Amino acid sequence: MNARTLPLYVTIAIFLVGWAICWMQFPNMLSTRVIGNLLTDNAYLGIVAVGMTLVILSGGIDLSVGSVIAFSGVFIAIVLRDTGLHPLMVFAILLVLTTLYGAAMGWLIDRLAMPAFIVTLAGMFLARGAAYLLSIESVPITHEFYQSLTSAYWLMPGKGRLTLIGVLMLVTFAIGIVIAHKTRFGASVYALGGGEATARLMGVRQGRTTVLVYAFSGLMSGMAGIVFSIYTGSGYSLATVGTELTAIAAVVIGGTLLTGGAGYMFGTLIGVLTMGLIQTYIVFDGSLSSWWTRIVIGLLLLIFILLQKGLVKLSEARLAGGAA
Amino acid sequence: MLLSIRSLTKTFPGTKALDGVNFDLRAGEVHALLGENGAGKSTLIKCLTGAYSRDAGTVTLDGAEIAPRSTVEAQDLGIGTVYQEVNLLPNLTVAQNLLFGREPGRFGLISSRAMRAEAKALLAQYGLDLNVDRDLGSYSVAIRQIIAIARAVSLSGKVLILDEPTASLDAAEVRMVFDVVRSLRERGLGIIFVSHFLDQVFDLTDRVTVLRNGQYVTTEDTASLNRVKLIEHMLGRTLQDEVLHSRPADRGPRPEMLSFQGFGRRGAVEPFDLVVGEGEVVGLAGLLGSGRSESAEALFGLKPATGGEAKDQAGKLDLSSPARAIAAGFGFAPEDRKTDGIIADLSIRENIILGLQARRGWARPIARAEQNRIADDYIKRLDIRTSGREKRIGDLSGGNQQKAVLARWLAMNPRFLILDEPTRGIDVGAHAEILHLVHELVAKGMSLLVISSELDELVAVADRVIVLRDRRHIAELTGEAVSGERIMRAIAGGEGG
Repeated sequence: MNARTLPLYVTIAIFLVGWAICWMQFPNMLSTRVIGNLLTDNAYLGIVAVGMTLVILSGGIDLSVGSVIAFSGVFIAIVLRDTGLHPLMVFAILLVLTTLYGAAMGWLIDRLAMPAFIVTLAGMFLARGAAYLLSIESVPITHEFYQSLTSAYWLMPGKGRLTLIGVLMLVTFAIGIVIAHKTRFGASVYALGGGEATARLMGVRQGRTTVLVYAFSGLMSGMAGIVFSIYTGSGYSLATVGTELTAIAAVVIGGTLLTGGAGYMFGTLIGVLTMGLIQTYIVFDGSLSSWWTRIVIGLLLLIFILLQKGLVKLSEARLAGGAA
Repeated sequence: MLLSIRSLTKTFPGTKALDGVNFDLRAGEVHALLGENGAGKSTLIKCLTGAYSRDAGTVTLDGAEIAPRSTVEAQDLGIGTVYQEVNLLPNLTVAQNLLFGREPGRFGLISSRAMRAEAKALLAQYGLDLNVDRDLGSYSVAIRQIIAIARAVSLSGKVLILDEPTASLDAAEVRMVFDVVRSLRERGLGIIFVSHFLDQVFDLTDRVTVLRNGQYVTTEDTASLNRVKLIEHMLGRTLQDEVLHSRPADRGPRPEMLSFQGFGRRGAVEPFDLVVGEGEVVGLAGLLGSGRSESAEALFGLKPATGGEAKDQAGKLDLSSPARAIAAGFGFAPEDRKTDGIIADLSIRENIILGLQARRGWARPIARAEQNRIADDYIKRLDIRTSGREKRIGDLSGGNQQKAVLARWLAMNPRFLILDEPTRGIDVGAHAEILHLVHELVAKGMSLLVISSELDELVAVADRVIVLRDRRHIAELTGEAVSGERIMRAIAGGEGG
């Protein structure tokens, strides 16, 4: 077994143990209803985390995603309210916009050799500001096509509802897994995260890869924005504040190395579901304050950061042993 | 002729890194490229691999002139390179590393099965049977080095450049890598081998080319070459100034000030004993990689010793970090002045005051007037040529930067100062001045440890010279016995006589 697979197994183990604990206290947790809700409630987070995983694997970070989701929601709501465009057309325009936005940030990061942290921080303020410009108030979406999207679901055995946006998230993860693990682009992303200088020596086109990584994250943020607007039925410029941090947390809890180069897309899915599970448990319990979600997530993050530090130390020790 | 380089020239601001260098590589030979630091080896290689573009000269591969602009382009032309360290990615699997950029598959999707098979087949040519799905990082450095060679050869296939490929390998691993290199020679590749280990050069190579100070010195058949001759070629006998000819007067044994017993650092330098007298200059001689700088770093606590102890007249010394070494009265002017010595964006005054202020602690700043006085004093005493003390130190010439670094230490008045290559990259005039300065310091009772690859410089300043080879202190020459020729013989392997 490879050392870098270990965090993935830990992630899966924590999820299963967590689920078992919940199930022992509340047998209902295993019902398809709960599972359906888990997927629906975390759909937008999961989609944005797919983009974030790729960014972090490449050794970068994207702080703009929360703002871009909010901007997307407001953009869709305003355009639908003020023009006669069909929602699908609006989606297409939006996705092109957010993809270009991400690409532009990637281009700046590469060209100016600026830390991704700074560039995407600027991108975060810019997108949030643009959302405010469009509207300060929450704008409801009343288009009938939207109603049908919101209510689209497949019934699972046990009366659980597998909603459209839940399925969208799963499909996104499937695509993300293929991109990360089965394409040359994915291999280049891992290579960049492993070491830029070496990656260049091995023939990675750093500029192109960086632009594509952030463009992909932009595309995912736009997708998440669409899903979020379907989920809430409105666009609000104050929505999803801090979602970028939640997404980063999901990626790390999913076993991806925060410094890049190691991790699995599938782990991120488990990370997102683990966070959703904690939330569900607190809702079931009823007496716990919702802040406990954050506390448990904080603890989990700490565990994973320590675990990864330990693994790095371990492999260094093994290397030193091998060289001696 | 497989590869032919004619009058290759490359200039960097202030230095001529390569000056009309010639080099020929035949198919089916291992050709060593040798030279000390600054000789131009790495510049030559970077010109070949496309990392640098050349200013003048021609490079011909298989009869056609080439001018690669990137490593990838050089690779496509047929020139592959394996470096000491940064070759492959430890976070990818062996197969991913071997086939990166040309993964087999269909419709843009990589086929893991085809990849595994191709990687296995590739490694089989080198007699390796590995689990190619494991991370590269889980294999030993030697295996990784062979994997890097396999990748480079499969990509390029004409010329293989090995840049210090054995620096972090043990003897058995070196043999393993050499077997691979020999089999590639059989297959008709031209192999350029860069190494500091002369034993390996004699063991493996067919011909040797020596560079010195950016110039071509000679090319000879390895078999017809003897060690002393080779080292003479590498070190040269550049007599720069009359001061270099004169030996300091033999001042006899000095009262003992510091003694180190069994001092050493695992993997860097074997344990050694060293006694330093008051006002004595001890020289360290040896080729690059022989453990010269490593000895100094251990003494100063930069890479602390892993064994042994240090004592002065008062008792044991703690040298586990530079701060402690400084507290014990040590000073260290490092070899790489630009990255380890100066802080380029600060002024001369700030650079000089730095050590003194650090020792006082930041809570007690030195008054500005006092700073000015100290800086002006040293600028005058060491004759640092500058328009004023507030000038950015990065804008000074190398010699003046070195003087400022010395000033920083002198201001702290250490009893034992280590100078690692104090005259590297310094013009002839400043060179002599710095040597004069060394003599002055000693006259005042300061003890010095001087590391230099210029033998004549050591002969000129050192009371005693310790010779290192293969990370070991192998000989000690005192008084009359100190001469360039004796040092050279000791380096080559004949004992001090």
